[in-house]
Formats: sequence, C-alpha cells, structure tokens
Amino acid sequence: MDNNAGHNRFVFTRDSLKKKFRLSEFLSEKIITGVAFLSIAIIVLIFFFVFRETLPIFHQKKEAAKVENVVKPEKYGSDANAGKTNSSGQEQYGVTTKDTMMIENKTPAEDTVVHGSDEATLKSLAGTQWLPVSDRPRYGLIPLFVGTLKITLIAMLFAAPIAILAALFSAAFAPYWLRELLKPAIELLAGFPSVVIGFFALMVMATFFQNIFGYDGRLNAFVGGVAMALAAIPIIFTITEDALTAIPHTYTEASLALGATRWQTALFVTLPAATPGIFAAILLGIGRVFGETMIALMATGNAALSSINPFESVRTLAATIGAEMAEVVFGDTHYSVLFLIGSMLFVFTFSLNALAEFYVKGKLVKRFQGKQS
Amino acid sequence: MKETKIKTRDLTLYYGAKMALNSISLDIPENEVTAFIGPSGCGKSTFLRTLNRMNDLIPTVRITGEVLVDTLNIYDKQIDVVNLRKKVGMVFQKSNPFTKSIFENVAYGPRINGINHKGQLGEIVENSLKKAFIWDEVKDRLHDSAMGLSGGQQQRMCIARTLAVEPEIILMDEPASALDPISTAKIEELIFELKKNYTIVIVTHNMQQAARVSDLTAFFYLGELIEYGKTKKIFTTPDKKHTEEYITGRFG
Amino acid sequence: MSRKRDITGGLFIGVTAFSALLIIAVIVILLVVIIIGGKGTFSWEFLTSFPQDGMMKGGIFPAIYGTVFLVLIMSIAAVPFGTITAIYLTEYASEKSILAQSIRFAVRTLATVPSIIFGLFGLGFFIKFVGGGMDNLFLGGQLKWGQPSILWASLTMALLTLPVVIVSVEEAIRTVPREMREASLALGATKWETILRIVLPGSRSGIMTGTILAVSRGAGEVAPILFTGAAYYLATLPTSLSDQFMNLGYHIYIMATQSANVDKTLPIQFATTMVLLLLTFTLNLTAVIIRARLRRKTK
Repeated sequence: MDNNAGHNRFVFTRDSLKKKFRLSEFLSEKIITGVAFLSIAIIVLIFFFVFRETLPIFHQKKEAAKVENVVKPEKYGSDANAGKTNSSGQEQYGVTTKDTMMIENKTPAEDTVVHGSDEATLKSLAGTQWLPVSDRPRYGLIPLFVGTLKITLIAMLFAAPIAILAALFSAAFAPYWLRELLKPAIELLAGFPSVVIGFFALMVMATFFQNIFGYDGRLNAFVGGVAMALAAIPIIFTITEDALTAIPHTYTEASLALGATRWQTALFVTLPAATPGIFAAILLGIGRVFGETMIALMATGNAALSSINPFESVRTLAATIGAEMAEVVFGDTHYSVLFLIGSMLFVFTFSLNALAEFYVKGKLVKRFQGKQS
Repeated sequence: MKETKIKTRDLTLYYGAKMALNSISLDIPENEVTAFIGPSGCGKSTFLRTLNRMNDLIPTVRITGEVLVDTLNIYDKQIDVVNLRKKVGMVFQKSNPFTKSIFENVAYGPRINGINHKGQLGEIVENSLKKAFIWDEVKDRLHDSAMGLSGGQQQRMCIARTLAVEPEIILMDEPASALDPISTAKIEELIFELKKNYTIVIVTHNMQQAARVSDLTAFFYLGELIEYGKTKKIFTTPDKKHTEEYITGRFG
Repeated sequence: MSRKRDITGGLFIGVTAFSALLIIAVIVILLVVIIIGGKGTFSWEFLTSFPQDGMMKGGIFPAIYGTVFLVLIMSIAAVPFGTITAIYLTEYASEKSILAQSIRFAVRTLATVPSIIFGLFGLGFFIKFVGGGMDNLFLGGQLKWGQPSILWASLTMALLTLPVVIVSVEEAIRTVPREMREASLALGATKWETILRIVLPGSRSGIMTGTILAVSRGAGEVAPILFTGAAYYLATLPTSLSDQFMNLGYHIYIMATQSANVDKTLPIQFATTMVLLLLTFTLNLTAVIIRARLRRKTK
C-alpha cells in the first residue's frame, strides 16, 4: 500500500491517533461534578445541623447538664448575658437542682413548667404561653403558631386575589407591550428587601391603617399581614402568570371558535385549566409568608398573644427566632427550642415546596394527557 | 484510479431501537469528490457524521461495523476522537461562525493545537482564507465580527476555519442549501479546487449540484445504500430502477 | 342579552386591570414615600461619614462599607460555585440521571428555604462547627473563629443567593446554540476547551445578571445576618474576616425598632432606607435590562 518510498503517507495511523489522556479534561469533569454535588450536600447539612441543635431537648436530663458544663465560657450574644453562662445561668435555664425541684413541686399547675426538666420542656411546647426569659421559662409554641397563621391568612386574603387577577390581566387581556412592562415591574417588587417593606409598614402603613380603623395597637396582625402580602404578591403573580400562559392555544382557540368572548374564555377556560399552577403559586406564597422574618419583626407588634382579633399584636415563629437568638445562651434550652422552631419551619416549607411540585406536575401532566378533567 | 481513503464495512447505526443505517459498505477514494444523495430522512447525513464520529455526541446511538480511514478503524477503542476530528473536518448545513472576529474564528483550531504566536497564526489565517476564496473580501476587516458577514461569506469562512487545522478529509453537510445561487456557485468552484489536495465527501439534496460537482455519487434510501458509482453513470444509466426513479424525480 | 355580557365582561377585565394597577401603585407609593422621607438627609457627606451622637447625627458610611465587604466575599464564594454547578447541569449531566434531578431539586429547595433558617445554619454549622473546630485545631481553644463574623455571614449569604446565580447562568448557557458547540468539537476541540472558549464567553451576560441579582439580595437580606455577624455600632471598620460588621439593612432594622430618640433618628432611618432601596432597585433594574436584551437576542 506504500507508494512513496521512504515516507509513510498515512496520517491516520494507530500511533498518531492513539487515545490520549488529557489531565485537564479529567480534572475539569471531576471537579465540576463534585462542586455540583455540593448543592445536595448543603441541603443535607442544613437538615443535619439545624436539627442537631434541637437534640438537647430530647436528651436525658443528665446529659443536658453535662453539655452545660462543657460549654466554653465564651458567650454568644450581647454582653448583657455575661453573667448568666455560669452557675447562675445554669440555674435559670438548664439544670434542675434539688432546691428548685422542691419548690416547684409544691405548686403544680396545668401549664407551668417543672423548671429545667426536659420532659417538662417538651410538654410545655404544647402550652399557650411563650415566656422563655423568666424565672420559670415557658416555651409554649401555640401563640407563635396562632400568630403565624393569622399573619399568613391575612396576607393570603389580600395577596392571592390581587396577584391572581393581575396575572390574569397580564396573560389574557393586556397588550403585548403592557405585559412586557408589567412582568419586570413585579420582578422589581420582588427585589425590594423585606426590611424595607417592614420599615414602610412600620412607619407609614401602621399609621395609615390606624387612622382608618381606629384601633389601639399600632402594630398588629393586620398591618403585618398586609405588608407580608406585598412580599407574597410577586411570587403568586409570577407562577400564576406562567401557568396561564402555558395553557395551549388550542384551548383558548376552541373556546373562541365556539363563540365565547375573550373574557369568558379567560375566566371559564384558561383560569380553571391553570388551577394546578395557581394552587402551587398559593402554596409557595404561603411558604414565603410563613418564613418571612423582617416584616414580622417590624410590623406585627411582637407580642405572643393568641386571639382571633386581627388588630392585636402577634409574634410569628420566624420572628421569634430572629428576635431572641442573638440574646440566647449557646446550648441552653431556649437555644434548643429556637432551633426546634427553625426545624419545624424548615420541614414545613420543604413539604410545602415538595407538595407544590409533585402535585402540580402530577395534575398538570394528567390533565393534558386527558386522564382527568 | 485513486487510492481508497475511507472504506466502510457493514456500517450499521441504531438510534435506540430504530435502525437508521443498514449495513453500509462503500469505498471513498482520496482527492475526489464523493456525493451522497437521497430523499430527506434517508440517512445520508447520519452516515456522513459517522465518518468523523460526530454521532458519538448522541447518547442513544449504537454503531456496529467498521469505518477504515487509511486502513485504520476509527471506531477502535484506542482511537482518540478529538485528534481524529482534526484530520476529518466538517462543514455544516447552516454556517455556524463563533461570535468572535473573523481572525479568531479561523485561528480557533490552530490555537487549540497550541499555536499562539501572532505571526504564525496570521500566516495560517491568511492561507486558509485564501484557499477558501474569501481572502480578498475580508482581508481589510479581519478583526470585525464574523456575524457581520453574509451567509455565503460565513460559509466560506467556516470552510477556511476547517482548512486551518489541516485535515485530510473534508465532510460537507449540504453546505450550500441555505445560500443563494451566486454563493452556491462560489462554493462549488471552491470544492472543485479543494479536491486537488483534500478528499471531499458532500451530502446534498440538490441533484444538479451532485451532478455538477462530484466524481462519485452514492444514492441512499431509508438507511440503505441503493447504488454507488461514477457520477456520470448514476445520472445517465443507473443500474437500479429505484435510482432512476429518484433521479428523474418520480419521488423525492 | 349580549349587552349584559359585554358589561359583565368589561367589568371583569376592569377588575383584573385594577389589580395590576394596584400593585404598580403600591410599588410607586413605596418608592415615593421613602425617597421623600429620605432625600432631605441624603447627601454625599451622609454616605461618607460615620454616625455620631448615638445615631442621631452623622452618616452611614460604616454600614455601607460593611455591606459592600459582605457582598464582595459572598460573590467570591457564590458566583464560581453557582457557575460551575450551572455548567454541570447543562454540559455534563444527562437530564434523566438521578444526580442531575437531585441537584435540581436541591437547588429549588434551597431557593425556598426561609432566610432565617440560613441564619440558623450559619450559627450551627459555620460558627459553631467550622469556626469552633478551627479554634480548637489551630488556636488551641482560643476564641476567634467560633463567633459571629463577616466571614461566616458572607458564606451564609452565599448559600442563600446560590440558586439565583445558578438559574441565571443556566439560562444564559442554554442560549449558546448547539451548532456552535458542534463546530468547536468538529475542529478537534475537547469538551472542556469548548466550554472554556465558546460556552462561557457566550454566557457572560448570564453570569453578570446572576451576580448582580445575587449582590442585590445579599445587600438587602437581614435575617441571615441577625446573629451571624451584623452589629449596630462598631467603632472601627472591619479589617479582618473575623471581625463583625455594620450593615445597611440591619442598621435600618435596629434603628427603626430600638432607637432611643425616634424623632431625631427618623430622618436618618428614612435616608438609610432610601439608600438601600435605591441600591437594590438599581441593581435589579440593571439585571432585568441585561436579561431582556439577552432574551431578545435569542428570539
């Protein structure tokens, strides 16, 4: 096969095209994959480390005492707590001493904590008083739940209809140019820091609503709820709008071809067809409000009261963590309870998110495949 | 009679469970233009892409058989695909310049090969653009964006880009189908000139083009090689009735 | 009959338009009120001087400095991390693989975690575990890293803004046409060379957008830094990573809820809020514009 004497004319030889190991290829692939994998690791770590700090509540009493003793003297939090880490702190928060035990046992009452014992801490979690900083700390979570639920309800009552109707306007009725203006505008609202919204609520909205309704407490669930609505609206709007524009044109065209007007089509065909997406939007809006801290800290009054009255102050779960964590002593019961609240928040929003995803995917897929109406 | 450059033996390709190429065996001579024709979906582009292993990019593809280039089976496990592609270049149906300057487009290949010296690169770029019959049109704006060129110019620049890595074989997948007649003529003229130094394989749905430009023609239909021979013969006195029907436009 | 339908229809459309208008109105009112309240106090001096008289006078320079320092470190952590993850998802992962789907799920989950939880994580992991560990290993138990600091606050913030970066970069990578990748590979480039020379340069705008959006969030979020490093009054600017820092958002929060003399500090509160609002607003607007231009290019 060799025509030219002395010179191998073949370029394609086993040698010249031998498989080459490229270090940069190998390394880049491994590193990139590894870094990407870290995001899963982070979620796992968050789960682990947030839950980890709640464990002392569930441990044996004696072990909790041990933890107290091992803790280094460095404080965490402001200098006001300086004295409390040592023996005085332990008496106040964590360990049961014989004396206090006896005193407590003399006056048992339904919702008082047997001070320091951990089964009592667990029991008190179901109580109706949140008084973590006192001689007899109580960690009743119920008022915090009530507060959070009130805020969420009020926020969603305002946010959901407004956002959904606005999304319907954008998707079905607004001319193209207006829609392309509306979407970024709402995105900009999403970009407002919640501390700014909280400030606005505290300074402006609170007075405004007080003038209108004439109630006593300037900062309450209503003001906080309406402010939260501002934070929830962008999420609900965006997801609803996506859901509405994802409806295939064939649906709307079929309706219009049957003689329905644009608005009838939008209301009776497009909107119902987008229900799974709207449902997901509301779920995610709820999740957002549930976990929002700064607005709650600034606009709700921060009093752990459980009442139906929307014009009373409330304290939400997230705000509790935000307000009290900086003042708490590392490792003591209060600290663990705050982490417990955080764990519950995490699990709740996680489940909400998972529910929104799987429900929406499942229903949407089924619907467009004709398996259900 | 020229030496055989590429020889395929029973080349079969599956996309998942679907067979796209059925046992193709043919010999492609060097320094000639071989054209693949056939109706859309017949597998001619797929077959072209097996020659520089571009089908490897599709995860569901499975290939059996051999593709021998200069008697070396390029599907051998020991073969370095990256270097193979430097020797078997490809020009695509729609020109795909990078969003860089004309100079940087053509210099892309040499840079990858380690040539970074400005003078050297300048020389390679100039030679490649000359070989692609486009030097005069762009020599004053080498550092302008390649996206500013017309369709025909972009395609010739892409050819120059391929030439810059000094391949032995150039595969062209319908290179002129998106171009106007004048640009097409320029490309055909270019192909005629290039075959002196390169082995050219061109896929085209334009039969007249195949007749004008190629020395050998292969007719594909539904993944099978129906007939293969000298272009003159295929277009005047084909052996197979099927070929004749396609040539005369009975279907397409 | 048709008349009644038209009226109902008009009303309905009107209601939806009103809702949209309402949202816009609220945005505008918020902007206007804050700007009106703050512009009196706002000045170059305000931005460059230190607070005086217990926050009743002076400027907010240390808060600005601290915020900038924070987002700088945050970006150094988050942008490469997010970009690499986006590259993995678009270039290396096969869509159906469990790893790819898990990563996407993790990223989406990360995006919905309440910001206060990140603060808890920063405390439990970065400060206590990593920081405490560092103190034990390298400093023999001396307290340096196991306490709130700008380093841990920045890293905490980086986790929070990671999804933003990933989404933006991924969107940009996907606008690089497949044909360009093919052209590169057909010329004998390797996958990594193609990513480095073609895909990444082509995704520049997405990386920019992602960074800007991340910076905007990092500058505005307060919950994650409430107990991981922010402080209300520090005599000096932070000079090392283990220092605490002042921060615009945190400053607003404390001033608005705990300042002793509300009358005196109110103008400063408004001005600080105005600075933060305008800062994040401008950043977001820039990102939106870049993104719109990117989308128009691919259309």
